Amino acid sequence: MTATLNDAPPQAPAEPTSTRSANSASRGKFDSSTLLAIFVGLVAIALTLGPILYLIVGGFRSQQNLATNPTGLPDPWMWANYADILKDSTFWRQSLNSLIVALGTTIGVVLFGTMAAYPLARYRFKGRELVYLVFVTGLMFPLTVAVLPLYFMIRSLGLTGSLWGLIVPQIAFALPITVIIMRPFLRAIPRELEEAAFVDGVTRVGFFWRVVLPLARPGMITVGVLAFIGSWNAYLLPLLLLTGPQTGMTLPLGVTAFQGQHASATTLIMAYTSLSMVPALIFFLLLERRIVDGLTGAVKG
Amino acid sequence: MTTIETSGKGRGPVGDTSSAGPRPVSPDVMAMRRRDQRRKWREIAIFTGPGLILFALFVVFPVASAARYSLYKWNGVKKFSDAEFIGFENYARALWGGNDPATRQAFKTAYTEPFWQAMSHNLLIIVASMAVQLPLALIIALVLNRKFPGRSIVRVIIFAPYVISEVIAGVMWFIIFDPNGIATQFMESIGLHAPSGGWFESQTWGIWTVFFIVTWKYLGLAIILFLAGLSGVPQELQEAAAIDGASWWQIQRRINIPLIGPTIRIWVFLSLIGSIQLFDMVWVLNRGGTQGQYSTIATFMMQYGYFRKDVGFGSAIAVIMFLISLIVAIAYMLTILRKDNDNAELARGN
Repeated sequence: MTATLNDAPPQAPAEPTSTRSANSASRGKFDSSTLLAIFVGLVAIALTLGPILYLIVGGFRSQQNLATNPTGLPDPWMWANYADILKDSTFWRQSLNSLIVALGTTIGVVLFGTMAAYPLARYRFKGRELVYLVFVTGLMFPLTVAVLPLYFMIRSLGLTGSLWGLIVPQIAFALPITVIIMRPFLRAIPRELEEAAFVDGVTRVGFFWRVVLPLARPGMITVGVLAFIGSWNAYLLPLLLLTGPQTGMTLPLGVTAFQGQHASATTLIMAYTSLSMVPALIFFLLLERRIVDGLTGAVKG
Repeated sequence: MTTIETSGKGRGPVGDTSSAGPRPVSPDVMAMRRRDQRRKWREIAIFTGPGLILFALFVVFPVASAARYSLYKWNGVKKFSDAEFIGFENYARALWGGNDPATRQAFKTAYTEPFWQAMSHNLLIIVASMAVQLPLALIIALVLNRKFPGRSIVRVIIFAPYVISEVIAGVMWFIIFDPNGIATQFMESIGLHAPSGGWFESQTWGIWTVFFIVTWKYLGLAIILFLAGLSGVPQELQEAAAIDGASWWQIQRRINIPLIGPTIRIWVFLSLIGSIQLFDMVWVLNRGGTQGQYSTIATFMMQYGYFRKDVGFGSAIAVIMFLISLIVAIAYMLTILRKDNDNAELARGN
């Protein structure tokens, strides 16, 4: 794992040169395989974006327009669907809940995960590999298996309906992958830095805060982004725990509650679903590189 | 080196004295070493402790509880201490209708058949992923693995569905595949008939519709992973082969595909585990269908364990699901992934 993560940086600069040489080797600017690539790319974009655009545009339709002319542009464009949802506080409350849960989960995962990985990466002690193995086997423990007992446990703690009841288990379930990704990052910090810091009288704990955390930032961003997306999209645990009023729900649960409530107003559901998709898409566009690197790095590791 | 060690907290002097020849370790040094050890363990506890406790409390304990609940008849409402211990009856009910001949026929209809129906759907998703998604993603990745105008935008967009939640993807496609929706109208306009009663309600098409949506959401991940793997294949190999007169397809088959083998095998692993645990999307799509046309083990578990309040039975299903994941994961790691790890060790020079 260490090797693959260390391999990653040298691969990146190799890419531009290799593609350039491939281009010079080809006959023209647009040979047939380039055209094929463009064609496949366009088809893939259409199939990916088509349904999403249909959903977003559908939010601007009247119910009647959807029934009679679902393929054309809305006529007239109806702003009321989106406006009504945005004027209602429920949508905003759910967005806020999702944000709180996602941020809480992310901070917890990054903090506890990095802390847990630190001794596993840099200390020598008996049982180290055993502790690591415990976290690795944690990957095999899906939330689905644990969800019923977890529900009873949180219910007996009186935390159903509370966002804490979501955040804490989500942190716990994201720890394994975090420890696995973070360990090689922490290992890669040079020994000399540590020794120099100790000469200056820094304690191990101080070293962790002042040197390790800043240096391990790329890894922490990766696990943080993965944890954030996972939490933002989570459905199963909220489904069991947030059974109270709609204002206490997170967005995915809110979407299904809204769907159940407005079963006949399809275009309104389309607007609600589109709006709840927007934050995830913006977040994705901002951090696309990080997400992809994180995932491919995690998979290679 | 020596200066660092002597001024380093507590471990310096030991290293220093050794150079002066063998000498009995003084009690002072022993005490220092012990203190050093204690300090080390305390730090390990401070760092790893919180994570380990969270993990034990909220991951290990619930999974163990599921195993315990699965041996009881419990509705989740009364106290668990009042629940009736029934041994492996819950498992027996799911697998073959239970051990009591008097109720077996009724239990078969109520528990066994829906259980195996759900299991068969997971199996179908697994097989279809390997047979459809894998070749499709591989071919697309191979075609896109070159420089062309708009390459980066294609990559971004292809990957976007992975970030959208299963819930949103489910609701979106539920509207598109509505019996009166756009998918049906499109089919009719080209002279084909959508399944009567709607896409999801159809006994044959329901699960395939779900598979289509799963593919829409997760194919991009596979393509991006494969492309990342392909970017690591040395260009010289392909150029050399091209000079030797190898065709495009020969280069892919002999060089590119074998060299991204490890990435493909990891994807297969992720896909297997994901297919076994598929829940969110299927639940959003009418909880697996009015007659379980596309139920999965996970939705079956929730249906019985939570909504029908048969917690013992639901837990038994959860444990069965866990065991399947575990066996698949271990078998796959020991057989297929181990080879990759060995190769990685070799490459690392160990």
